[in-house]
Amino acid sequence: MWCFSQVKGAIDEDVAEADIISTVEFNYSGELLATGDKGGRVVIFQHEQESKNRPHLRGEYNVYSTFQSHEPEFDYLKSLEIEEKINKIRWLPQQNAAHFLLSTNDKTIKLWKISERDKRAEGYNLKDEDGRVRDPFRITSLRVPVLMPMDLMVEASPRRIFANAHTYHINSISVNSDHETYLSADDLRINLWHLEITDRSFNIVDIKPANMEELTEVITAAECHPHQCNVFVYSSSKGTIRLCDMREAALCDRHSKFFEEPEDPSSRSFFSEIISSISDVKFSHSGRYMMTRDYLSVKVWDLNMENRPVETYQVHEYLRSKLCSLYENDCIFDKFECCWNGSDSAIMTGSYNNFFRMFDRNTRRDITLEASRESSKPRATLKPRKVSTGGKRKKDEISVDSLDFNKKILHTAWHPKDNVIAVAATNNLYIFQDKIN
Amino acid sequence: SSQQHQEAVHHCASSRCGEDSHGKLYKNDTETQLYSLKMYSIIHIFYNTIYDEDEVLLALAEQLGNFTMLVGGPEYVHCLLPPLESLATVEETVVRDKAVESLRKISQEHSPVDLEVHFEPLVKRLASGDWFTSRTSACGLFSVCYPRVSSTVKAEIRQHFRTLCSDDTPMVRRAAASKLGEFAKVLEPEYVKSDIISLFTALASDEQDSVRLLAVEACVSIATLLPQEDLETLVMPTLRQAAEDKSWRVRYMVADKFSELQKAVGSEITKNDLVPAFQNLLKDCEAEVRAAAANKVKEFCENLPEDNREQIIMTHILPCVKELVSDTNQHVKSALASVIMGLSTILGKDNTIEHLLPLFLAQLKDECPEVRLNIISNLDCVNEVIGIRQLSQSLLPAIVELAEDAKWRVRLAIIEYMPLLAGQLGVEFFDEKLNTLCMAWLIDHVYAIREAATCNLMKLVEKFGAEWAQNTIVPKVLGMANDPNYLHRMTTLFCINALSEACGQEITTKQMLPVVLKMSNDQVANVRFNVAKSLQKIGPVLDSNALQTEVKPVLEKLATDSDMDVKYFAQEAISGMFDFLLSTKLLNFNSLNFIFLLFFLCSFGPSITIPNQRLQRLAWLW
Repeated sequence: MWCFSQVKGAIDEDVAEADIISTVEFNYSGELLATGDKGGRVVIFQHEQESKNRPHLRGEYNVYSTFQSHEPEFDYLKSLEIEEKINKIRWLPQQNAAHFLLSTNDKTIKLWKISERDKRAEGYNLKDEDGRVRDPFRITSLRVPVLMPMDLMVEASPRRIFANAHTYHINSISVNSDHETYLSADDLRINLWHLEITDRSFNIVDIKPANMEELTEVITAAECHPHQCNVFVYSSSKGTIRLCDMREAALCDRHSKFFEEPEDPSSRSFFSEIISSISDVKFSHSGRYMMTRDYLSVKVWDLNMENRPVETYQVHEYLRSKLCSLYENDCIFDKFECCWNGSDSAIMTGSYNNFFRMFDRNTRRDITLEASRESSKPRATLKPRKVSTGGKRKKDEISVDSLDFNKKILHTAWHPKDNVIAVAATNNLYIFQDKIN
Repeated sequence: SSQQHQEAVHHCASSRCGEDSHGKLYKNDTETQLYSLKMYSIIHIFYNTIYDEDEVLLALAEQLGNFTMLVGGPEYVHCLLPPLESLATVEETVVRDKAVESLRKISQEHSPVDLEVHFEPLVKRLASGDWFTSRTSACGLFSVCYPRVSSTVKAEIRQHFRTLCSDDTPMVRRAAASKLGEFAKVLEPEYVKSDIISLFTALASDEQDSVRLLAVEACVSIATLLPQEDLETLVMPTLRQAAEDKSWRVRYMVADKFSELQKAVGSEITKNDLVPAFQNLLKDCEAEVRAAAANKVKEFCENLPEDNREQIIMTHILPCVKELVSDTNQHVKSALASVIMGLSTILGKDNTIEHLLPLFLAQLKDECPEVRLNIISNLDCVNEVIGIRQLSQSLLPAIVELAEDAKWRVRLAIIEYMPLLAGQLGVEFFDEKLNTLCMAWLIDHVYAIREAATCNLMKLVEKFGAEWAQNTIVPKVLGMANDPNYLHRMTTLFCINALSEACGQEITTKQMLPVVLKMSNDQVANVRFNVAKSLQKIGPVLDSNALQTEVKPVLEKLATDSDMDVKYFAQEAISGMFDFLLSTKLLNFNSLNFIFLLFFLCSFGPSITIPNQRLQRLAWLW
C-alpha cells in the first residue's frame, strides 16, 4: 500500500520548459534527494526527522539547497548550442560533513560541494559591522575577530569542472566503487576520469566507426559495478549490453560478456529495432543482477547468464498496437529510466499518462500507480490503475486511446533503505511512501 | 579575495618571525600563553571564515608548519595541533596532504612527553574519525611518532595501523598501503615480520586494483628490510602473484618499479624469479605494461649480476627485445627505442654489431617518427662502442626523412638533436650531408622551426668554431638578407643575433654589421625595427669605434622613423646600449671609455630622453 506524501513544483497548467525535471537521485543514505531540470538547476531536498506527535508520518523532504549548475553555452568552433539541461546527477559517497555530487549536461560534468555554515566572523579591522570599509587612518588598534553563531546557511560551490572530453552528448555518469574514479558515456565513447583531475581523462570505449556512414549502433547508458571496481556495463541502441573488465586492458573495446536476448521472429516488425533500444541500465545493489529498460519492458539479467534475461516484465504491452502513432509523435524515442528498491526485491519504472509501474520480483505481482494532483491528499492511499487491453472496458479501467502521452514519467528514484519513492512527472516531483499503520 | 587572504597568511608568518628574531619579546610565560591564545584565535578565524578557498587553506596548512617559534617555541607547539587537525580532515586532498606534512614537521618539535600527551591522541582521533578523510590523514602520521613513544603506545599505534589496513573504504586502504613501506622502516625488526608481512599480504590481495598496485610499491621497502633468507618465503609469493595479477594496472606497477624491486631482492632471486617475470612483462598482452617494461630493459640488464649477465641477456632478454622491435603498438616501440641503445655498452662491440645493430637499423626505418627520433637521440651510447660510422649509411636517410616530416613538431625534435649528431659525426660528414638541411630549416614555413634552426646554428658554431662559421654558414645567412620574402630577411637578423657572440668581434663587425645596417633601409617596418633590436643585441660584441661611427647614426635615423614601432625599438636600443656602456665600461673605471661615454651621451643631444634614474646615477658618477 503506497500513500501520498508530498508534491513539489507549481500547480499551473502551463509548464515552463525550464521547470521540467530531467533527473532524480537519492544519495547513499537517502537523507538527501536531488533533482535536476531542463533549466540547468539542481534542487536538493533534505529529509526532516519525524516528529514525535505525528508518528504515523515518516519525515518529509524539504528544500535544502537550490543552485544553478549549468548555464546555456555556445560552442563557437562548432556553431552548436549547448543546452543547460541536467542529464544526470550522481552523488558521491559521503566523505565529511559536506555532500558532493556530480551533475552533467550534454558536454560538461561538474563536481559540486554542498556544505553548511553556521558561524561567521565579526569584528574585522578593516570594515565596520555593517560592512563599510573603515578609514585606515582611524584604525588605531588591532583586534582579533571573533566567531559568532548565525542562521544555518547551505552553500553549493563548484569544486571541479570536467570539460572538453565529449564530442557527443553525455548520457550517463557513474562513480566507481574505488571512490576515486568515475566514468562518463556519450553516444559513441566512454571516458574514465579521476575525481581530482580535470584536465585529463582516459578513453576506455570508442565505438565510432572510421566512416560515420557505417554507424549502426550507439551507446545509450553505462554504469559501474557497485562493488567490483574493474567492471562496468554499457547498453546499446540495438538492445544489447556489454560488460567490460578494466583489468584486462587499458582500452575496453573488447567486452568480456555480451548480453543479448535472441529476437522472436514472430513479433518482428518495422519498429523492432527502435523499441529494443535500451534506455537505462542499473546494477542491483547486490551487484549480482542488472536491469535494463527498453520501450515496452524491463528485463532483469543475471550477470552469469548472457543468453537471456532471468526476468522480463511488461510495462505497457498494450502500446504494441499503437507503435505507429507513437512513432509519428516521436514518443517511441522516449528514454524511460528504471530503479531498484533497497533490497533488490522490487523494481520501478515509468509509463505514460503519469502512470508508473512497480514489480515485486518475489511474488511476481505488479501494480500501476498514478502520480496526480487528485490523489494528493496527505496519507491518501494510491489506487491501482488499470488499462483495458482490448475487449470490453471494465469499470475503473482506462482505455488505451484516452491515455495522455504528453504526461510521461521518465525519471524515478527509490530510497536506498526505506520504501520511499520519488517520481518526476513533468515539472512536479511526487514523493510517495508505504503506509505505516 | 582569496589572493589577499593568502598574502595575509604569508605575511602573518613572515612578519612575526622577524619580530621574534629581534629579541625575546615574549619571555614571560603568561604573555607567551596569551600570545599563543591570540595566535590560535587568529588561525581559528582564518579557518572558519574562508574555509571554502582551497588555496588559502593550502597556504594556511603550509604556514602552520612554520609557526613553532611564533606560538612560543617547542613547549607551546601543541597549540598548533587543533587547526592542523581540522585541516587534515578537509575533502581537498592537496590541503590534507599539506596539513599532514606540517603535522609531521611539528611532530619533531614536540618533546617525548608532549608527543604522548598531545600529538599521539590527535593521531588516534584522526585514525578513528568518522570520515575517511581523517583516517587517510592518520596513515601518514604513524611513522613520525612511533619511534619516539613508549612501548605501550607503540602497541596501540600498531593496532591502529592494522585497523586502517582493513578499513571499509578503499581510500583509507590506499592511504595505508602507500604508507606501509614507510611505517615498516620505523618498526622493530620482529614486528616487521609479525605485523607488516600479514598486512602486506592482505593489501596485495585486496579486491580493489588501486590498493593492490600500491602494495607493489611497499614491496620495495619491505624487501630491503628483511634478511635475504626470509625474502623467499615472506615476500616472493606476493610479488610473483602481483607480476601475474589479473589487472594490467597492477602488472604495470610491477613493470614500472622493476629496477627498484630488482635491487631490493638481490641477485639470486633476480636470476631465478625476476628474469622470467620480466620476460612475461615484455610479452604482456597489454601494451601499457609492455611499454613500461620496455622502458626498464636497459636498467634491468645493467643491474644483473655480472658473472652471467651476458648469458642471461643473450638467451632470455634479447629474444623478447627482438619481438618488441616489431610490436604493434608505437608507444611500446618508442619506449624501447629510448633505451635499447644502452644495451650496446653492456654487450660489447661484437654482440652489438651482430645482434643489436640490425635492431637499431630496423627502428631507424620504423614508420613512427617518435621511434626514429628516440634512436637518434641516444646515438652517443653506440658511438662509444662501435662508432657511429657503422650506422651512418642508415642514419642519413632517417634524418633526412625526419627533417622533412610533414609534422612540424617532428622537424623541431630532430633539429634539437642536430648539435649532438654534428658532434658525433664530425665536421666533414656534417658539411657533406647535413649542412644543407640546417640551412633549409631557416626558410621553413613554420616560425618555431626557423627559430629552432637559428638556435641550432649557434650551437653548431660553438661546436665547430668561428672559422668554420665564416666559411660555411655566414655567407649563406647573409645571402638571405636580399631575399624577396621579408620573413627570410628577418631570419637573417635573427641568425645574426644568435651567432654574433659565438662568431666574435671580428666577423660580427666586418661581415654582419654592414648587412644589418643596410637593412635599416628595408621597406618593411618589421624588418626595420628588428634591425634596431639586432643592433642592441650585437652592440656588446662590437668595438666602440663601430658603435660610435656606424651604429649610432643608423639608430638615430631609425628613432625618427615614420613607423611607431620602429621608433620605439630604436629608442629602446639607444637607451639599452647606453645602459650597457654604463654598466660595463664605466664601472670598470677607465678614463678613456669614460670620456668616450660622455662624448657618446652629448652627441645624442636632445634626440633621446634619458630616464631620470640613469641621470641620477650619472650625476653620482660625476
